[in-house]
Amino acid sequence: MITQLLTHVLGRLPIGWLQLTHNRTRLLAALAGVAFANILIFAQLGFLGAITESTKYPYRLLNADILIYSPDTETFAEAGTVPRQRMYQALAIPGVEDARPIYIGPLTWDYAVGRIGERFDGSSTIRIVAADPGGGAFSSSISSSDLQRLRLGDTALADRKTRGMPVKLVGRIDSGRPHEFEANGRTLTIEKLFDLGAGFDADGYMVVSDQTFFRLFPTRTQGAPNYILVTVKPGTNKAVVAARLRQVLSPDDTVVETLRSAAQKDEAYQTTEKPIGVIFGFGVAIGVVVGIIIVYQVLSTDVADHLSEYATFKAIGYPQKFFLGIVFEQSLLLAFLGFIPGLIISLLLYALIGAATGLPISMPFSRPFLVFAGTVAMCALSGYIATRRLASANPADLF
Amino acid sequence: MTNVIQAKQQDVTICRQPAVSVADHPIYVRGLNHSFGQGEARKQVLFDIDLDIERGQLVILMGASGSGKTTLLTLLGCLRRVEAGSVQLLGKELHDASEELLVASRRSLGFIFQAHNLHESLTAMQNVRMGVEVHGRDALRNWKAACRHMLSLLGLEDRLDYLPANLSGGQKQRVAVARALVGNPEIVFADEPTAALDKDSGHQVVDILRRLGRERSTTTLMVTHDNRILDLADRIITLEDGRVVSDKRR
Repeated sequence: MITQLLTHVLGRLPIGWLQLTHNRTRLLAALAGVAFANILIFAQLGFLGAITESTKYPYRLLNADILIYSPDTETFAEAGTVPRQRMYQALAIPGVEDARPIYIGPLTWDYAVGRIGERFDGSSTIRIVAADPGGGAFSSSISSSDLQRLRLGDTALADRKTRGMPVKLVGRIDSGRPHEFEANGRTLTIEKLFDLGAGFDADGYMVVSDQTFFRLFPTRTQGAPNYILVTVKPGTNKAVVAARLRQVLSPDDTVVETLRSAAQKDEAYQTTEKPIGVIFGFGVAIGVVVGIIIVYQVLSTDVADHLSEYATFKAIGYPQKFFLGIVFEQSLLLAFLGFIPGLIISLLLYALIGAATGLPISMPFSRPFLVFAGTVAMCALSGYIATRRLASANPADLF
Repeated sequence: MTNVIQAKQQDVTICRQPAVSVADHPIYVRGLNHSFGQGEARKQVLFDIDLDIERGQLVILMGASGSGKTTLLTLLGCLRRVEAGSVQLLGKELHDASEELLVASRRSLGFIFQAHNLHESLTAMQNVRMGVEVHGRDALRNWKAACRHMLSLLGLEDRLDYLPANLSGGQKQRVAVARALVGNPEIVFADEPTAALDKDSGHQVVDILRRLGRERSTTTLMVTHDNRILDLADRIITLEDGRVVSDKRR
């Protein structure tokens, strides 16, 4: 049936297809190879996508149009400090509505240190994000009634999607039973949960009041926040205000970026400068190389095995482009037939990795098309290299 | 008037023997030389071959191995470039011909090799179809009927959808003959087509070649060592050390 369809499409016998299906073992090996290369590429792209996606998460917590931060800040989780002085300078700039400091610190959440009732195992690496609960520093992703609870000292809100957080514990807090645990020599109470997501730098985020933050981190001071969040007056252009801020604030100790461009810079740093991003990018390249080698190996062996048949066809009077057509027909078939299982397995793999790590690993609509186009290009390139062997099919040698 | 012209032509024929014209002779060779290798290693294998073959004949080319008969066959079959001398194949000069002309000329020829050279992934019908497909899409319109007819002429009507692996040696060679003949070639070149066959099937294959050649006035040039089929030839040419040493017509 496929033979007839291809005969109709190509206007000739689909010799490439018939040759491929004649040797089932080789075809299966070839398809497994293409699928493997696809899975490799999809997995690496998935991780790269997860970095990109999860880098945006902490910025979603913030209610800000413009961020002021230190020049040594490359990424949210490891932000340097900036003098609070700059906040007062910023407030004097026309177009600025308000400015607030936020403080970020690392914390290990040890689930085994629960005080009452059931005990849990394991721990998570948490980024604490702190600000004045009434100051409007947080976005609507945290409800204001929950924020009000933070006015009480040593209380916290935790991320429901924190990697490693026991499912039972989530249920307990959701059912209205606050969870107490010890960290940095203090007892913290998780009052409520919010929705964000885990990333590569942290297993999750936790929100506390600035007062609680200074008790948890006695070495940190009010005068040195990690970010200054600036909101602009309604109807004012953020970029214009950011430019004004840049004129006033010294570039020696401050960077001024809109929220979006700060997130983009963070993303670029994570994917192209941090080793983890570079590794995944490199993995994509390896996947492509593996695919090219496998397909080339299969196609060139196939050409070598059929040299005498090709020489016969040459003698009959078929031109060179006929043979190129056969090899390209094969490479496109391999690309197409290998891509389908590759995509299906990748989707399963995404679901597995997502469930196991809590990373936002998902298949955007455009990615399969991109990878398929890449697979076709990869197979065509392999086919092109393999056709060089055709030159040794000399019909005069048949006699 | 016509008679006069014919009479004149006959006169000419009588005066200059052997007087031949390219039009009657699908193969017309003058002063063909051929060498292999370069410099010191250069070795000449064909010397001053003059050869004319009439339309519709079955010509057998004989000679010891190394006598140059295969080289001659590949030169006439457009599989090798003619470097010295003149070969007019179906009225076209092959001396220094372009690759395109050689490929195009091959489409008017049929080839039967010592080995059947069938494509292992194609059925008998599909293998024969390859002989039709080379003539383009228009030729494919009635390919099924043409291929089936050709295969049944060769006694393979109940083997149409068999892969080569499931055919006997004689059957495979007959499929190869069908592939060579299905495109109605003007000339068929055959290189020891009976070498792999027993006496009966060998005789049968050559007999079919001769019969179809008569019906369609196809010229056949066959290299063979096989004495069992010599009785079917119209003409036997013997080569020795690159020269024609005998040319017997029957």
